[in-house]
Amino acid sequence: MLDQFFIIDFPALVIVTLASILCALLGSFLVLTKQAVMIDAISHSVLPGIVVGVLLSGSFSILYVMAGALTSALIAVLLVYVFQHWGKIEQGAAIGAVFTAMFAFGVLLLETQVGSRIHLDTQHVLYGALELTYWANPFEWSSMPTQIKTLAVLLIITVVFLLAFFKELRLTTFDPTYARIMGYKTYLFQITLLVLISLVAVGCFEATGSILVIALFICPAAAARMLCDQMTSQLLLSMFIGLFCAVTGYLSSALLPMWLGFDMTVNSASVIALFSGIGLIIAIIASPKYGTFAK
Amino acid sequence: MSMDNTIAPLSVKDLSCRYTRQNNYALRDISFTAKAGTITGVLGPNGAGKSTFLKSILDLLPHEGSVKFFDGTLAKNRQKIAYIPQRSSVDWDFPVSALDVCLMGLYPRIGWLRRISKAHKEEAMHYLEQVKLQDFAHRQIGALSGGQQQRVFMARALAQQAELFLLDEPMAGVDQKTQTLLFDLFSDLKQKGKTMLIIHHNLQAASAHFDHILLLNQTLVAQGAPEQALSEDAINRAYSPIEA
Repeated sequence: MLDQFFIIDFPALVIVTLASILCALLGSFLVLTKQAVMIDAISHSVLPGIVVGVLLSGSFSILYVMAGALTSALIAVLLVYVFQHWGKIEQGAAIGAVFTAMFAFGVLLLETQVGSRIHLDTQHVLYGALELTYWANPFEWSSMPTQIKTLAVLLIITVVFLLAFFKELRLTTFDPTYARIMGYKTYLFQITLLVLISLVAVGCFEATGSILVIALFICPAAAARMLCDQMTSQLLLSMFIGLFCAVTGYLSSALLPMWLGFDMTVNSASVIALFSGIGLIIAIIASPKYGTFAK
Repeated sequence: MSMDNTIAPLSVKDLSCRYTRQNNYALRDISFTAKAGTITGVLGPNGAGKSTFLKSILDLLPHEGSVKFFDGTLAKNRQKIAYIPQRSSVDWDFPVSALDVCLMGLYPRIGWLRRISKAHKEEAMHYLEQVKLQDFAHRQIGALSGGQQQRVFMARALAQQAELFLLDEPMAGVDQKTQTLLFDLFSDLKQKGKTMLIIHHNLQAASAHFDHILLLNQTLVAQGAPEQALSEDAINRAYSPIEA
C-alpha cells in the first residue's frame, strides 16, 4: 500500500503541485491583462509542434517536444496577428480560427503519422495521463520522471523571472502606454510571458492534457482576483488555490472511488479541473468584497 | 529674468498625423514651441485632434514632421517627460494601490533588479501628500473617486521629477476640489520652472490658467497669448464645422 503510494501517487502529486503553482503564477498575468483566452489558443496550438517534435526525435523527447511546441505557439501568435491586422477580423475571432485549425492539424498529424510506434494518442492529448506516471524509486534521482524535472526547471525559471522583474511586470501590465513612454520595452515582457506560458502548457501536457490545463491557468487566478487587491497577494493566493484544488482533486480521484467501494478509476486531470472550477464559483459567490452577496 | 536663453522643453515643427496611409490627416502642419516655465493650454472642439496631438508628440502614433524635446530626442529625455493620459486608458480593477502607482514614477531611478525600499515608499508618500492623498495611499485605485484617481497620476508624474508635463484632459470629470488643487499645483510647478502642456475642454477662465493657447481643429487655428488666440473670430473658426 505504502509502496504503491510512493511509486504511483507521490510522483503524480509532485507533478500536480508543480503544475498548479506554475499555471497559477502565469495565469494571473493572463487574467490581469484580460488575455485569458490566449491560454486556450496556446494550449491547443502547441499540438502540431509536439507531434512534429515526437516524430523528429522518435520518442517523447522533452527538448524536441518543447522546441516544436514553442515554434507552433509562436506561429499561432503570429497568425492571430496577421488575421487581425490584414484580415480585419477582431481578435477573438482570429484566436478562435487559428487555434482550432492548428489543433485539428495536430490531431490529423497524430492519427496519421504517429500511429502505434510511440505512446501518444488523442485521449492522452486531451485529458493527460497522470495515472501513467511512476517513479520506480522516489529516493533515486536517476529514475525521476522527466516531467518532474521539466516542471521543476520551469518553476525555477518562472520564479526567478517574476522576482527579478516584479516591478517592471507590474508597470508594463498595468499601464503599458506609460511604460513605453518611460522607455521600457513592453513587448519584451509580453513575449517572455508568452514563451513561458507556452513552455508550461507543454510541461503540463502529459499531466493534464491540452484542454484541462486551461482550468489550472484560469480558475485559480480568476478566483484570487475576486479575493484581493494587491498584486503580491494575487500571485500568492492564486498559487495556494491552484495547489489546493490540484492536490485535493488528485487525492479524491485516486482514493475516493476505492474507499467508496467502486471498482473503477477516474481521470485525475478532470477531477482537478472540476475542483478548480468549483473553487472559482465559491470565490465568485463568497468574496467579501466583490462577491454576489457583497455590499 | 529671461527665459529666452534657456532650451525650449518642446518644439514641434510641421507635425502631421494620420492613422493609416489611406486615411485623411487627423492633424496637419502644427508648429509650436513651449518655453520653459510656461503653461500651454490645448483647446478645441471634440474630435479636433487634441489627444492625437499629444500622442503624436510622444511617438505613440505615426506622424510626419519633427518633434524635439529639450536638446534632443524623446529617447534621450524620457526621464524629464511625464505624460498623464485620459483617465479611461487604464484598467481601474487592476490590483494596485495609489501608493503602488505613485511608486511607478520612481522605477527608472530605482533601476533594474532592485527592490522598492522603505525610503522609496516614503518618497512616494511625500508626493501623495502633495496631492492630498496620503490617507488613501493603500486604497485600490478603482475604489478612489475620479478626482482622486487623476491626482494619483499627477503624484506619479511628480515622483518622476519631470521637467515637462503633458496632460490629456486632467480636469475631465473631476470634482471642484481636485480642479482647484491641480491648478494650484500647476502654478507651483511653473514657479519652479517646469513646463506644462494641458488639454482642456473649457474655454472659460482659460486666460486665468494658461500663458499660451493652442487652438486646434485638425490644424492650428490660432496660437498665442490667451486674449489673442481666443478672439471671437478664432473661436468661431475653430468651432464651426470644417468645410470639406
